[in-house]
Amino acid sequence: MTPHRTRNILICSGKGGVGKTTLTANLGIALARQGVRTAVLDADFGLRNLDLLLGLENRIVFTAQEVLAGSCRLEQALVKHKQEPNLALLPAGNPRMLEWLKPEDMQAIVGMLAPSFDVVLIDCPAGIEDGFKNAVSAAQEAIVITTPEVSAVRDADRVIGLLNTHGIQPIQLVLNRVRPKMMANQEMLSVNDVTDILALPLLGLVVEDEQVIVSTNRGEPLTLSGSHSPAALAYSNVARRLQGEDVPLPDPAKMGRGLRAKLSRLIKTKIF
Amino acid sequence: MTLRDTINRLLGLQRASATTARERLQLVLAHDRSDLNPELLEQMRREILEVVSRYVEIDLDEVDVSLETEDRVTALVANLPIRRAKAVAQPGVKAKISLGVNASGPPKVNTPGRPGPEVANSALEDTDGATAAEAEKPAAQDIQPEPAAEKARLEGSESLS
Repeated sequence: MTPHRTRNILICSGKGGVGKTTLTANLGIALARQGVRTAVLDADFGLRNLDLLLGLENRIVFTAQEVLAGSCRLEQALVKHKQEPNLALLPAGNPRMLEWLKPEDMQAIVGMLAPSFDVVLIDCPAGIEDGFKNAVSAAQEAIVITTPEVSAVRDADRVIGLLNTHGIQPIQLVLNRVRPKMMANQEMLSVNDVTDILALPLLGLVVEDEQVIVSTNRGEPLTLSGSHSPAALAYSNVARRLQGEDVPLPDPAKMGRGLRAKLSRLIKTKIF
Repeated sequence: MTLRDTINRLLGLQRASATTARERLQLVLAHDRSDLNPELLEQMRREILEVVSRYVEIDLDEVDVSLETEDRVTALVANLPIRRAKAVAQPGVKAKISLGVNASGPPKVNTPGRPGPEVANSALEDTDGATAAEAEKPAAQDIQPEPAAEKARLEGSESLS
């Protein structure tokens, strides 16, 4: 048996609402479908939502908190996904008891997961306070997700600085909610603008896609249904690149510059 | 983008908002990364001027001290036009002081254990006024042609935690 090392990957953004949890859910499913034993750890236990996006909200009985306290076994707290048995969710803690968790607790939790999983995705809470510090203490590598907006990029920059001081390596970037049309019109920060400013390698590019909302409504991540929507493809590609596969990144300039895109833009251009 | 925006852009009345966004971000990140508030920056500016003024007479109206950022490296760039050196009169020369602060991560090997920013080789170099911006001012004869504002890269760790 080859010695196995679990990758503990933090998914963070600084700013809230840019798509951390959506990425965690979709990436978790995509990895599991590729045969990777994956655990998703909801470190945002104050306002946890990962269970909801995965459609597992009714199946949570215990959390890592009870496991650490010795009141249940790890297997009891892990919620296995029915359609994707390679994926399990572990909520970090009970929202009613926020103060218990410390960096050592998070490290103990990922330590417990290590023997049974190849990848642990840690869904980081927004902000850079205690919740972030707890989550980062358990990770070795990180994915920073941001959108091409000034506020999100600024917060991402702050988080990258913190990840550097914690010695997290590698740190890779996922650019979310890209609108190729706006980029082509130079009304949105370009992909190069963002990667230049943040100086991170790009792991994925996700275009704005209404299907993401639909899938969230249903509690079925896009990558689960084998959907061919642009975002589903983008999330799957993130998973493949994370596994070391060389998947070329789409060129956003071309996404919005085809003849069809040009025509539809011409038609859609609003008059005043 | 509305038609009005398109027309304005074509007429050069309005620039692309992405350009504005990029510039605003670069400025705000330079400040974020250096952890310097405007007050501290102003204080530093005064102290730099005080030191430099001991040696040369500076054109106070043209002084520019600002933060610039590129590739996660933030530099403090001070542009101090010199009227004349106090020891030997050299009218119309310009001094450029640059010192950098690495905004990302721990100190690197070549400067072990340095707690924070520190002026290592703060260069005060006379330039010949040959560049476009300085062309109006008379250049002193005996000065070397290339400005070569020396950059002292400092690997001070940003105190982020």
